[in-house]
Amino acid sequence: METKSTLRNLVGIVVGMFAFGWLLVPMYDVFCEITGLNGKVTGPSFLSEESKAITEQRELLVQFMTHNNESMPWFFDSEKSQMRVLTGNQYEATFVFHNTTSKEMVGQVIPSVSPGRGAEYFHKTECFCFEQQVLAAGERIELPVRFIIDPALPKEIGSLSLGYTLFDITDRVKSENKLANL
Amino acid sequence: MSTVVETHDHGHHGPAKGLSRWLFTTNHKDIGTLYLWFSFIMLFTGGAMAMVIRAELFQPGLQIVQPEFFNQMTTNHGLIMVFGVIMPAFVGLANWMLPIQIGAPDMALPRLNNLSFWLLPMAFGILISTLFMPEGGPNFGWTFYAPLSTTYAPSTVNFFIFSVHVMGVSSILGSINIITTIFNMRAPGMTLMKMPLFVWSWLITAYLLIAVMPVLAGVVTMMLMDINFGTSFFNAAGGGDPVLFQHVFWFFGHPEVYIMILPAFGVVSHIIETFSRKPIFGYESMVYAMASIAILSFVVWAHHMFTVGMPLAGELFFMYSTMLIAIPTGVKVFNWVATMFRGSITFETPMLFSIAFVALFTIGGFSGLMLAIVPADFQYHDTYFVVAHFHYVLVPGALFGIIAATYYWLPKWTGNMYDETLGKLHFWLTFISVNITFFPMHFVGLAGMPRRYPDYALQFADFNAIISVGAFMFGLTQLLFLFIVIKTIRGGKQASPEVWEGAGELGLEWTLSSPAPYHSFSIPPQVK
Repeated sequence: METKSTLRNLVGIVVGMFAFGWLLVPMYDVFCEITGLNGKVTGPSFLSEESKAITEQRELLVQFMTHNNESMPWFFDSEKSQMRVLTGNQYEATFVFHNTTSKEMVGQVIPSVSPGRGAEYFHKTECFCFEQQVLAAGERIELPVRFIIDPALPKEIGSLSLGYTLFDITDRVKSENKLANL
Repeated sequence: MSTVVETHDHGHHGPAKGLSRWLFTTNHKDIGTLYLWFSFIMLFTGGAMAMVIRAELFQPGLQIVQPEFFNQMTTNHGLIMVFGVIMPAFVGLANWMLPIQIGAPDMALPRLNNLSFWLLPMAFGILISTLFMPEGGPNFGWTFYAPLSTTYAPSTVNFFIFSVHVMGVSSILGSINIITTIFNMRAPGMTLMKMPLFVWSWLITAYLLIAVMPVLAGVVTMMLMDINFGTSFFNAAGGGDPVLFQHVFWFFGHPEVYIMILPAFGVVSHIIETFSRKPIFGYESMVYAMASIAILSFVVWAHHMFTVGMPLAGELFFMYSTMLIAIPTGVKVFNWVATMFRGSITFETPMLFSIAFVALFTIGGFSGLMLAIVPADFQYHDTYFVVAHFHYVLVPGALFGIIAATYYWLPKWTGNMYDETLGKLHFWLTFISVNITFFPMHFVGLAGMPRRYPDYALQFADFNAIISVGAFMFGLTQLLFLFIVIKTIRGGKQASPEVWEGAGELGLEWTLSSPAPYHSFSIPPQVK
């Protein structure tokens, strides 16, 4: 009888730890959101009332970086590589997407702000990220990003880089559409 | 009347004959033997892969194998040595020794015990079979980081995942059995704080196993889903994160490295007290030290990934928590030294291996402390310095513990004494070659030689040639070990029940005859 209850407890631990392993996935996301780890841009697209109350402005450098993931063939770049900005003001940067292939493709961009601690002070009022871009063969478009740097940005951060990685999600979208049409 | 008793006396029948004895056995000694032989065969399999690696690295440039095959060799060498040699060997020792150290007739769940062993040949059969498939076996390193093991993996990765699942199930079942045995089957009078240290080390190890093997099962399942079912746990294109893989993997992986060393701590404690002819110094602190190491092992995992980009606070936390582990480990090392201090020491083979364990494991521990320093780690990361570090704790650490245990308990298992001269020869050849192999790795690592490549820059050529010669010496020497074990099984001086002078007072296993009878402690002994 003792054996049975020991056994039950141990199997319980095993099941619990298996569940915990899966729980690490949402926990990691929450953790990254709270700490700004990985530069995930999670701040709201507007300034908070406290930040608006800060009247002191300072100048800093915002740099743009673009990458193509794996074998994504599109041309993808920012019009300017960097901008000098004042905290609290809204700015616009333009990015160029060009589908250089002869077929229609779907792309998606994922942003990352570095240093990660600055991510929550990077407010994007308009962004093409997290939206799928469908480009016909040879099509070229320009899309804007409007952003405000929070005046509450810690003093020791003198520059921020906004990195964009462009992913080819054509196959993924196709298979999803197939599922939807079933 | 007496005839009636005899016909119903099933307690003393011997083992079944032929192959069915091994296939269907529920006897803890048989299963222990199976585990140990399995691990021995895997040692030579994984060892042969190490020889291929060292042959290729003997000179710069590509001579013997192609980079693709070299990657399969490093990956499978690691997987086999970790999951197929060190872990099964310790489970085998646990099967053999735990019941007779705590005065139990067998393990608590003998049939489950049979299952957990026979899952292992299946798991490794699957893993090794991938090497003969057209696409080749796993080639992404034993840590199988995503996306190397998902997006860029050969399709045989699915066999690898299944194999990891099976070996995980085997470990979990084995650990459940061990904990249940320890909690419910101790002889009357054996309180927890009277248990032999090997039993303690395994109780803690088994808890670590049931806590982290399910996490490993989870992470390989996520990989399986990413590869086959279109999920994006580790794929940034779908909103996942490859760094998450490293976090989940090392949440399993760091406790895993203590799973591989704690039972060796237990073994070495017994051997040092036996050959110093003194009871172990600081028994209670030994138990608490092992428990602290086990608990701390859950909060240090990110020291494997300092360079992925972590907030400063995270790097500091994991640096300090890692360094904290040196304290309980230091307690153990000092206790072993204090046990030897003013003891009447003799240097039989198991003692030689144990003393070498204490010295060389400490070297591995110190290089671990160096790696724990964040700024230093940025230089050492993924160099041969790391290879030197973990081979020092796993070869002269865990493996020396297993070899020492084999010499120490072989007379109890076989009833014959091993050849002491050959044993000492084995020790000295092993001790010298292990240092020739792994010590220069520190130098090339500090000079910047990266790990996992089939080729290297010319300035590393001399040290690599030395390392390879040491490795071939080490590999050949282990054939001598195989010879000694077989020779002892086949005959030798009859061993007395206590085997080692004065050992009779140190543990219940030495009160049994040598070889230990097939069924022992059917009537529980009384522990005072």
